[in-house]
Amino acid sequence: MTYQPIIGLEVHVELSTESGMFCGCSGKHFQAKPNTNTCPVCLGLPGALPVPNKKAIEWTILLGLALECEIPGESRFDRKNYIYPDLPKGYQITQLDQPLCGPGKLDIEVSGENKSIRIRRIHLEEDTGKIQHTEIDGERVALVDFNRSGVPLVEIVTEPDFRSVEEVDVFVKKLQQIVRYLGISGADMEKGSMRIEPSISILPISNTTNTTNIKYPNYRVEIKNINSFKFVRNAIAYEIERQREMIERGETPTQQTRGFMESKGVTVAQREKEEAHDYRYFPEPDIPPMRFAQAQIAKLKTQIGELPDEKKARFMKEYGLSAYDAGLLVETKQRAEYFEKVLSRQSSVVSPKAIANWIINKKVDIASTPPEQLLDQIVQSTTTTPVSGDELENIIKQVLSENSKAVEDYKSGKEQALMFIIGTVIKRIGVGSGDKNTLIAIVKKHIQ
Amino acid sequence: MELNTLTLTQAIEGLKTRTFSHAELIAACTDRIKSVEPNIKAFITVNQKVTNGIPIAVKDNFNTNDIETTAASDILRGYVPPYDATVVRKLKEHGMMILGKTNMDAFAHGSSTEASDFGATSNPWDLERLPGGSSGGSAAAVIADECIAAIGSETAGSIRQPASWCGVVGLKPTYGRVSRYGLIAMASSTDSPGPITKTVADARILYEMLAGFDPYDATTGHQPVTSEIINIKHLTIGVPKQYFRSEAQNGVNQRVLDAAKVLEKLGARLVDLSLLDPEYAVSVYTILQRAEVSSNLARFDGIRFGHRRDQFNEENKRRIMLGNYTLSAGYYDAYYAKAQKVRTLFINDFHKAFDAVDLIIGPTSPSTALKKGASKDHVMFGELQDILVEPSTIAGLPGINLPCGFIERLPVGMQLIGPQWSEDKILSVAQMYEEQTLWHTQRPKL
Repeated sequence: MTYQPIIGLEVHVELSTESGMFCGCSGKHFQAKPNTNTCPVCLGLPGALPVPNKKAIEWTILLGLALECEIPGESRFDRKNYIYPDLPKGYQITQLDQPLCGPGKLDIEVSGENKSIRIRRIHLEEDTGKIQHTEIDGERVALVDFNRSGVPLVEIVTEPDFRSVEEVDVFVKKLQQIVRYLGISGADMEKGSMRIEPSISILPISNTTNTTNIKYPNYRVEIKNINSFKFVRNAIAYEIERQREMIERGETPTQQTRGFMESKGVTVAQREKEEAHDYRYFPEPDIPPMRFAQAQIAKLKTQIGELPDEKKARFMKEYGLSAYDAGLLVETKQRAEYFEKVLSRQSSVVSPKAIANWIINKKVDIASTPPEQLLDQIVQSTTTTPVSGDELENIIKQVLSENSKAVEDYKSGKEQALMFIIGTVIKRIGVGSGDKNTLIAIVKKHIQ
Repeated sequence: MELNTLTLTQAIEGLKTRTFSHAELIAACTDRIKSVEPNIKAFITVNQKVTNGIPIAVKDNFNTNDIETTAASDILRGYVPPYDATVVRKLKEHGMMILGKTNMDAFAHGSSTEASDFGATSNPWDLERLPGGSSGGSAAAVIADECIAAIGSETAGSIRQPASWCGVVGLKPTYGRVSRYGLIAMASSTDSPGPITKTVADARILYEMLAGFDPYDATTGHQPVTSEIINIKHLTIGVPKQYFRSEAQNGVNQRVLDAAKVLEKLGARLVDLSLLDPEYAVSVYTILQRAEVSSNLARFDGIRFGHRRDQFNEENKRRIMLGNYTLSAGYYDAYYAKAQKVRTLFINDFHKAFDAVDLIIGPTSPSTALKKGASKDHVMFGELQDILVEPSTIAGLPGINLPCGFIERLPVGMQLIGPQWSEDKILSVAQMYEEQTLWHTQRPKL
C-alpha cells in the first residue's frame, strides 16, 4: 500500500503599506519597542472605528490579478468573533463570503514537470497583537504588544492540489517571489511577514485508484503558523509519516489543529474538531460594502509589471540565456533589473551571457556595485587567462580583413569603428581572455 | 432671567453682544446643577475644569479626552479616555464646552435610564417618573435648565423618546450624517448622535455644527450640509394609521392629530398613509441590535479597563447572550439574515411612502412618562416603548421629537420623519410648528 499526500495551504502575508489596515499607525512593528505604535483604533478603545486602507485593498487585488484570480465587482468585510488577549476588539475584521479575489491559479515547475495549483480565494484582514510569555520579578506573566495589531494581512487559500513536500516548497517560494516583485510586502518568513499553514491528509492508494479524480479523505490536519520554509517542509514530512503510521496501526487520523515544535521537529495536537470555534461571523457594520468598477481593475492590471516567469522567458529569448541562468537572474526583481542596467551601459563588448555569469557566480552585491563598475571589473579581469600570442594575432588579422570598411572608417577618424573591431575580436576570443587596454594597443598596431 | 434658562440661540447672541460673560453663563448652570441635581441626577460627571465656552451636557457614551467616560456601566467606571469623539471635538471647535457627562441606560441598553449602573435619573416634571432613555440624563438636564443644550445618541428612540417624555426637542439625524467616531458603540448600523435642545432653532445650530463627512467614520456620507429653510406650503405630510395605535395612552394620539391640524393650517396638505406595521420593526431591530451589541461589547474582556465581565448589568448580559445566540452557526440564517431581509422591506416601504409624501407625522411614544420601576422585569420594555421610532431607525431615516401638548402635567411628543438627508425639511416644518405653539416654553417647577 502506498499513500498519496493531499495538501492545501493558507498563506498569510503582511502588506507593507505606510499605514495600518484600519488606522493611521505605521505597520512597521518588527523589533519596535512594544506598544509604541498604537492608536485608539488598533487598541480597540471604546468608540474607535475602522476606516479601511485603500492601498491595502488595491494591493490585495493586484496580487489576485497576478495569480489570475477572478475579481468580483463587490466585496465586503465581516467580523470574526472570538476572545483572545491579542485581539483587542474581541473580533477580527476579515472577509468571509465576499473576498476581494476569487478563484485563480499559480503554475509551478517541479522536477521538470509543470503543474497548476488552484487558488481558492484571497482575502484581506487585520493582524492581531503579539503575546510574549516572560518573567517579571520571578513571576511568570503574559505581556501583550499591540504594535502589530491592525497591520494589513492578506490570506491566500489554495485548493488541496499539492501532492508532495517539494510541490509545496516550490509554490511558497514562488509566491514569495511574486509578492516581492509586486512590492506589496517583504514577505520575510523570519520577520513573520509571511506565515504558512498547511493542511495535510493522506490517501491510501492501490493500483486501481484513479489518481486523477481522487476522493479526498474526510479529515485534514491543519498545522498553524509556520515561519520558515524549512519548518514547512519538516512539518509536512513529519505529518505525512505520523498519519501513515496511524493508518497502518489501523487507526483513523482525526480532524485536528496541530502546532509544529521546531526544537523537536514534531507536530503536537492543539485542538480537535469538536472544539472548533463558532466565530459568529456577520457583516462588519462599520464599513460599507465595496464596489469596484471595471476601469479600476483594468488600471490595477497595468500596475502588475513583468512577473518572474515572463521576465525569465524574455531573458532567454532576448539574450540567449539558458533557463537556469535566466531563472537565477530573475530570482529577485532587483537582480533582474540590475542585469539589464549593466547590459544597457555597454556597447556589445561583453556578452549578456558573460554578465549573467558574473552576476550569478561572483555573487555581486548589486546594492553597492554601480553597473559601470561591474562592467569595468568584468573587462579588467579578462587579463587572467590571455589567449596565446599567435592565436590572438591570427584572430586580429582575420577580423581586420573581414571588416575592411571599419578599418577604413577608423583610419578616417571614426573612433567608434575601433570599438566595433575590438568588440568583434572579443566576441571571437571569448570574454575572460584579454585585458581590454592591451587588446586595443595590439589592434591599433595591426591597423597601422 | 437666569442665564441657565437661555436657549443656545440666546446664549450665542448674549455672548456676542457682551450682555454677559462665559463665566457668568457657566456659573448659572453649575449653580442650577448644585440646586437641582440631588433630585434629578441627570449627570454622572460634572466637569470641574470648565472655564470657557457655552455649557453643553454630553451623554456619557461620547469619549471625552481627560474626562471620565463610563457609558453608565460599572465596566468602565473610572475610565478616562485619551481622545475626544468627533462630536466632542467639533463642539469644542465651535466654542462649546463640555459641562458634564449625562446619565443613560448602561451602554444605552434601555429606554428608561433606570438601567444605569450609576442610579436612575428622575423626570423633572414628576420626580417619581422616568425621563425615558437611553439619553434620559441629557433630556432631563435640558428641561431642568441645568445646561444650555445637550447631546444624545439614538440607536432606536434614545433621543426622541426621552425628548418626548421630558418635553424637549430631540433630533435624530440620518444614519451617517453625524460621525460616530468616539461614540461607544451600541448597534453600529443604527447609532446616530444628535442634539437635545430647548428649541428647534437650537437643534439646527448643533446639528449644523456636528453634521458632515468624517474621515474617521467610514459610514458618514458626503452629502453637503445645507441650512435651507423650506416652505411648508408646498409640502404633503402623511398620517400613517399604523402609528396611531389603539393601545396608546388615552389622549396621546389626539394631541398629535391636533398638531397635524396646526401644520395643515400653516399650509401643509395632510394625507392618510399606510405603512408596514411597526411591530415587525421591533423584531428586526431586536435581532440586529443584539447581534451587534454582542460583538461590540466583546472588547470588555476583563483584561483591560479595570473591571471584570460579571459587572455587566442584567440587561447588558441578556443582550449579549441573545446576540451571540442569533449569530451562532445554524441560527444565523433564521435570525440575523432574515432580519436583514425584513429591514430591506422597511426601507422599501418608506421609499414608496416618500414618493407620495414629504414627511410623516406620528406620536413619538405611545405614552407619557411612566413611573419609576416600569422597566424592571420587562425584558422588552425598551423595544415596546420605542415601537414608533424603530421603523425609521432601521431604515436610517432622520426624525425629530417636538413637544405637542400635556396630559396631566406630563409632556406629549410628536415626531416628524423624513427621507434620508431631509433634515432641512424636518427642521423647517418643526420650526414653523414651534412658532405657532407654546409647549416648548413650559418648564417643570423644581
